[in-house]
Amino acid sequence: MGYTLNFAAVWRNFDFLLSGLALSLGLAVISILIGAVIGLVVAFALTSKSRFAVVPARAYVTVIRNLPILVLVLFAFFALPQMGLRLDKIKSFVLVLSLYSGAYLAEVFRAGLLSIPRGLTEAGLAIGLTGMQIRSSIIAPLMLRNVLPSLSSTIISLFKDTSLAAAIAVPELTFAARKINVESFRVIETWMVTSALYVATCFLIAAVMRFVERRLALPR
Amino acid sequence: MSHTFLEQLWIARYVIMNGIGVTVSISLLAILAGSVLGVFVGLALVYGGVILRLVVRAYTDIIRGTPVLVLVLASYYVSAAVGLDLGPFSAGVLALAIFCSSHVGEIVRGALQAIPKGQTEAAKAIGLTFTQTFTSVLWPQAMRQCLPAWVNTAAEMVKASTLLSVIGVAELLLRTQEIISRNFMSLQFYFLAGGLYFIINYGIEHFGKYVERKTALPS
Repeated sequence: MGYTLNFAAVWRNFDFLLSGLALSLGLAVISILIGAVIGLVVAFALTSKSRFAVVPARAYVTVIRNLPILVLVLFAFFALPQMGLRLDKIKSFVLVLSLYSGAYLAEVFRAGLLSIPRGLTEAGLAIGLTGMQIRSSIIAPLMLRNVLPSLSSTIISLFKDTSLAAAIAVPELTFAARKINVESFRVIETWMVTSALYVATCFLIAAVMRFVERRLALPR
Repeated sequence: MSHTFLEQLWIARYVIMNGIGVTVSISLLAILAGSVLGVFVGLALVYGGVILRLVVRAYTDIIRGTPVLVLVLASYYVSAAVGLDLGPFSAGVLALAIFCSSHVGEIVRGALQAIPKGQTEAAKAIGLTFTQTFTSVLWPQAMRQCLPAWVNTAAEMVKASTLLSVIGVAELLLRTQEIISRNFMSLQFYFLAGGLYFIINYGIEHFGKYVERKTALPS
């Protein structure tokens, strides 16, 4: 076959890959933070008793979770301008990934909210807290600690979804890799290094999340 | 040239149906191949020796840590570079099947490990061989445990099949883009594509719930 590995072209462009990775991480962090706020609000709506809150929240989560993210990315970039909403490619991608994260995080948070005993809300009411105070200072913090393990895998999967930004030419890691691949023809080397960068970042995210989990765990 | 959406939809009807067909075949092939491979991955993770376990663990971790789009692009470009003339369709299906196998492998591993140790011991006590224990005690229980997550993976594969549009496989999303490039109705036709994907995935989700109810233990 006679294919000899030669990483020279990849190392020459390594800065480009790294800046792509930085952009990927940036997109992920911003979108997941916005998504976490959306997810928290939607999760409270999903677990509330009012139909007016449950129905729209359920509809949002069901629709987003059953759509391919690539369709959403292309829709936001190519079709929204027809509705008069013109966003540049990074903004439109962040918009999509935030809404997408919101739906997935809402499901994670919902499961966490269901595991909080009812007695805590009652205790909060007994000492005179308002509903908002109970949610923000009793339920949300406890729920966050409970969901950390499943939060970790959701965050990793959302980080991987930043690769879709390559489809609208956002110069993140996958886009950079594809460019190097096409320009240098060092096909195997390029994808090996790219994949390694993604895998390493995912492991790093998992390690950070495990650290947070240990720090926040109840002493026993 | 006619300018209403319905007229354009009528013109494009065969193209869209063709795209749906390709999307469904990609998904089915990837799910089938990925599940078969995934069962072996799961078995290796549970029953393999140290070396086999390490190799398979590395395989699943690398695949699960890499975005599907990267797998699709790598499969497409690398297979061409090493002289395998796969073409975009097969390269894409291969990437999705590999992705599916690592997920199914994890699901199978989880399901097998969730079965209490006492079951194996009981089977041994009544004199079953390992093969008998596996096929009539462990596997049926693991299957029931797997089902919800497996259906979820199937829906995931339909969504991931859109990524093959990037390497030029004429599935539903690429067909939609082609139609839009002819009539510029991006809003309407992306809505249509989104609606079609939603119907397919919603159907899978509900089918999964139905099967889950059917196979649940009576309580």
